[in-house]
Amino acid sequence: MKTVGKDRPPLLTIRDLRIEGKSTNGWTRLVDGVDLDLARGEVLGLIGESGAGKSTLGLAAMGFTRDGCRITSGSIGFDGIDLARCGEHVRRDFRGKRIAYVAQSAAASFNPAHKLIDQHCEAPVVKKVMPRAKAEAEAVELYRKMRLPQPEGIGFRYPHQVSGGQLQRAMTAMAMACKPDLIIFDEPTTALDVTTQIEVLASIRDIVEQFGTAAIYISHDLAVVAQMADRIMVLKNGRTVETAETRTMLSAPQEEYTKSLWAVRSLERPRQERGTGARPVMSLKNVDAGYGAAKVLEDVSFDIHCGQTVAVVGESGSGKSTAARVISGILKPSRGEVLFEGRKLPADYLSRSREDLRHVQMIYQMPDTALNPRQSIRDIIGRPVEFYLGLKGREKEQRIRALLEQIELDPAIYMDRRPTELSGGQKQRIGIARALAAEPKFIICDEVTSALDQLVAAGILALLARVQKERDLALMFITHDLATVKAVADEVVVMQHGRVVETGAVETVFANPAHAYTTHLLQSVPEMDPDWLTRRTMSNRAVPA
Amino acid sequence: MGRIWILVGERLALGVITLLVVSALIFVGVELLPGDLAQEILGQSATPETVAAFRHELGLDQPAIQRYFHWLLGAVQGDFGTSLANNRPISELLSVRLGNTLFLAAFAATVSIPLALTLGILAALYRNSIFDRLCNVVALIWVSLPEFFVAYVLILFLAVRVALFPSLSNIDPGMPFGELVYRSFLPALTLVLVVMAHMMRMTRAAIINVLASPYIEMARLKGMSRLRVILYHALPNALAPIINVVALNLAYLVVGVVVVEVVFVYPGLGQLFVDAVTHRDVMVVQSVGLLFAAAYILLNLIADVLSIVTNPRLMGERR
Amino acid sequence: MTRFFQTLKTAPYTAWFGMAVILLVAIIAILAPVIAPYGETAVVGEQYEPWSSQFLLGTDNLGRDMFSRLIYGTRNTVGLALLTTAIAFTVGSLLGIVAAVVGGMTDRLLSRIIDVIMAIPSLILALMLLTIVGASIASMVLVIALIYVAPVFRLARASAQSVVVMDYIQAARLRGEGLGWLVVREVLPNIASTLVAEFGLRFCFVFLFIAALSFLGLGIQPPTADWGSMLKENATLISFGDITPLLPAAAIAVLTVSINFVVDWMLHRSSGLKD
Repeated sequence: MKTVGKDRPPLLTIRDLRIEGKSTNGWTRLVDGVDLDLARGEVLGLIGESGAGKSTLGLAAMGFTRDGCRITSGSIGFDGIDLARCGEHVRRDFRGKRIAYVAQSAAASFNPAHKLIDQHCEAPVVKKVMPRAKAEAEAVELYRKMRLPQPEGIGFRYPHQVSGGQLQRAMTAMAMACKPDLIIFDEPTTALDVTTQIEVLASIRDIVEQFGTAAIYISHDLAVVAQMADRIMVLKNGRTVETAETRTMLSAPQEEYTKSLWAVRSLERPRQERGTGARPVMSLKNVDAGYGAAKVLEDVSFDIHCGQTVAVVGESGSGKSTAARVISGILKPSRGEVLFEGRKLPADYLSRSREDLRHVQMIYQMPDTALNPRQSIRDIIGRPVEFYLGLKGREKEQRIRALLEQIELDPAIYMDRRPTELSGGQKQRIGIARALAAEPKFIICDEVTSALDQLVAAGILALLARVQKERDLALMFITHDLATVKAVADEVVVMQHGRVVETGAVETVFANPAHAYTTHLLQSVPEMDPDWLTRRTMSNRAVPA
Repeated sequence: MGRIWILVGERLALGVITLLVVSALIFVGVELLPGDLAQEILGQSATPETVAAFRHELGLDQPAIQRYFHWLLGAVQGDFGTSLANNRPISELLSVRLGNTLFLAAFAATVSIPLALTLGILAALYRNSIFDRLCNVVALIWVSLPEFFVAYVLILFLAVRVALFPSLSNIDPGMPFGELVYRSFLPALTLVLVVMAHMMRMTRAAIINVLASPYIEMARLKGMSRLRVILYHALPNALAPIINVVALNLAYLVVGVVVVEVVFVYPGLGQLFVDAVTHRDVMVVQSVGLLFAAAYILLNLIADVLSIVTNPRLMGERR
Repeated sequence: MTRFFQTLKTAPYTAWFGMAVILLVAIIAILAPVIAPYGETAVVGEQYEPWSSQFLLGTDNLGRDMFSRLIYGTRNTVGLALLTTAIAFTVGSLLGIVAAVVGGMTDRLLSRIIDVIMAIPSLILALMLLTIVGASIASMVLVIALIYVAPVFRLARASAQSVVVMDYIQAARLRGEGLGWLVVREVLPNIASTLVAEFGLRFCFVFLFIAALSFLGLGIQPPTADWGSMLKENATLISFGDITPLLPAAAIAVLTVSINFVVDWMLHRSSGLKD
């Protein structure tokens, strides 16, 4: 952690900035009167939920607005020049040379048609900062500093030949190519797995410190920002909520909104004890499964009991979603079986009875794609009511009302709306209502909160806990987020490379992980302590891999 | 052996199979023709004996499978059998006309492709400018015009009202090149006008589609100029769709000549084909149909292969 | 309904022009016998009479009134194109959606058949098929419909495929819904706007196609009035610098341009107000 010097000269001074974006009904405020100061060498964290205007503000610091957006007032002073008013050629000259950008998805932001090194050298060569040979030599040096494997060779690969975590580091190296004064990091680790994230975070922090570059670090994840930033600014609906130094902000947030953001991280729930000897509602027994020749699941077994939530955790590619596909009958296992209340279910959903289908329901990750945009809420919830329970007319209508009330949406308002007229959290609630409408005994929740903002996600989790209690449901909760596991689950199943590496009660596993991978996973989750990353990387270096 | 060549090999194999299937279909189609071919040619008054003898002469008494392979093998070697209308070998009719048609198509292609691509790139570069909107509206009007309308308008204004070019393109291969170009100018111009609009619109669309990608925003955030963003960052990724459009239009040129040739009485394959269809000269229809289909499949095949080879995501595996 | 009118207000001039022309053509087609001064096939004067108050646009090669034939031609050419497109669309889009929803062998089989149809240039295929089945209005409609099933199938399949991967389709499958429900209630509403725009475009192609066939003498047969064959019949006049024979071709052009204007606007809107 750098010490914040009050005496450092200012680099970026944004005053009363207002940015509007074109929407279907006119112009909407995206950034609404924000002031921002950044000194040379300082790192500012921008925190906020989706729609807070973080990215818009970050891009504006480069004098850039996306197509369909415009700066309506305010100034963006960068080293004495107002980027909101100077000519386009001045801005263009600054970009890439004095201000650089690191995007959220490196995989999408590298041009697939050119080699990494060509893209790296583009800015320094085109802007005549240095000749090609020097730029290439420096690129290799930067790759080495970012701890990329084979720094001499990796630049000669195309983006699709390099993994996501490495691309993100290569992009940071590219941003450094002209030794800029300022770098904008726009959620650079959000798309990565936790164990990859920690390495990328460490290398980003080291290089920024080493070159003394000022940075704006944008993220929705407070714990991540806490590791990177000297100061934190909280944004909501395009306005500043509060700004403070990182330690102060973490220990003593002033505003209600900030406090509520902090609070959701520490949700926990009272554990449900499993009745001994009770038959599980759903079991996987020694399941192998895969797509074609690629084996994704190997000898996977676990049980889920009535009234209990079992969290299945693992990183991308661990096979946790595949396990759900096997249970729901979309993917036929090559070995092993799926038992529902002790009875073997047909492997293919097409051969399952309507009653079996009714009892295994699903809630999806992306609320946007989970609901048919061309159907009204009435149709979406009403269909399973009619299909499974045979209710029609008035009875069906009453049931839909009851379900909407249960998910805390007013039937009078929402009954005849379409999904596009709802917010993400509301859509996810409709997804829950659709699953409940079938009156199932078992529901698979596939990353149901990962597309939602923290406060909204907390509401969804609370709702799920309530209906679970009311209906004595068995829930299988697929997630990559260990904080969510603590908040919802009774038991946890840890998966890696298609195998179950550890199972047990949440407290036991979290307190005393038996498997090395579980330990590694747990230690990679960022904590709300600004010294966490330093401690973690120190301990990692002390124990050579 | 890279993945890329396996893909290319697959496409080539698929192309050959398609061609075989199409040739079989053409053959079977003619087989299904109501009535007996020999009877039809000789007329109702012919005795059964003469019909049988004629059937034997045409090889019609052999099983269909055998005749199909005989025909196909012949076609591969350039022997298409004899025309029913005038008893001349079809290959003799074809060779000159094929040359004429290819000349016309090539003429139109060399003018239209560079012009259309340049205009398309410019329209994408100056998106939403007056120039772009103008291009867009003109192109939109142009793709909607029937070829014969364009052809007759050109005749009316460039041949009749102002006698710049001949309205009838009676060319023959012995003419000097300049004369060939002069005489086939109007049909070529018609084709250029007809295919250019479509090609230009698709080029613009392909580039604009790519312009929405995050890596384009990245390039702009690296401070690259508009021209560099388009040429270095967008164009390589838009190549595959553009190549496809060009090939599609080339294929269209080869086929679209039919109507244009009829209007200008241009002695090409299209004319021959329409005449044969009108006179129900099935042997010629069969042969010219196969030739057109082969050209069309070949061009589409080339487009497929090129778009695999230029696919950025397969780069680095080329070797 | 109010929303519909609000949308109309945002239409550019080109789209307004297009909609006006389409409306006018529809009225002319429906009221043809009322508007036309003479019968469709009636010989009412000398060959190639010039424009006059008696014959607004003169007479054709057989002494029939050009103006009346132009009006009747609207009905014949547009009507047949509409019928053909409708057949191609119903068959093509249903097959396309079914292929996307069912997948597997059904999809592969249907796609290969369509590939073969698409591998033969359409005009050549049409001419060959017409040689085989003989030129008549019914066979022409069926042949062109068959040819245009292919591109419609491809488009419907491609757009349905992007819908089929959505979670709500999986939810419906896991609920145990049958093929009919999936195709009609879940997928079709989501690709309807794409299909409508495509209908407009395909109609233009079919319309031009019929006109071209008639122009080549292989489509709508005389004495039925039709814009393509009218040009063919009177083409000689052009070499005398007379524009009358071009009028039916111009009519074709104006109608297709209009439809394209409207479709372009619709596509532009559905692409989410971009650029």
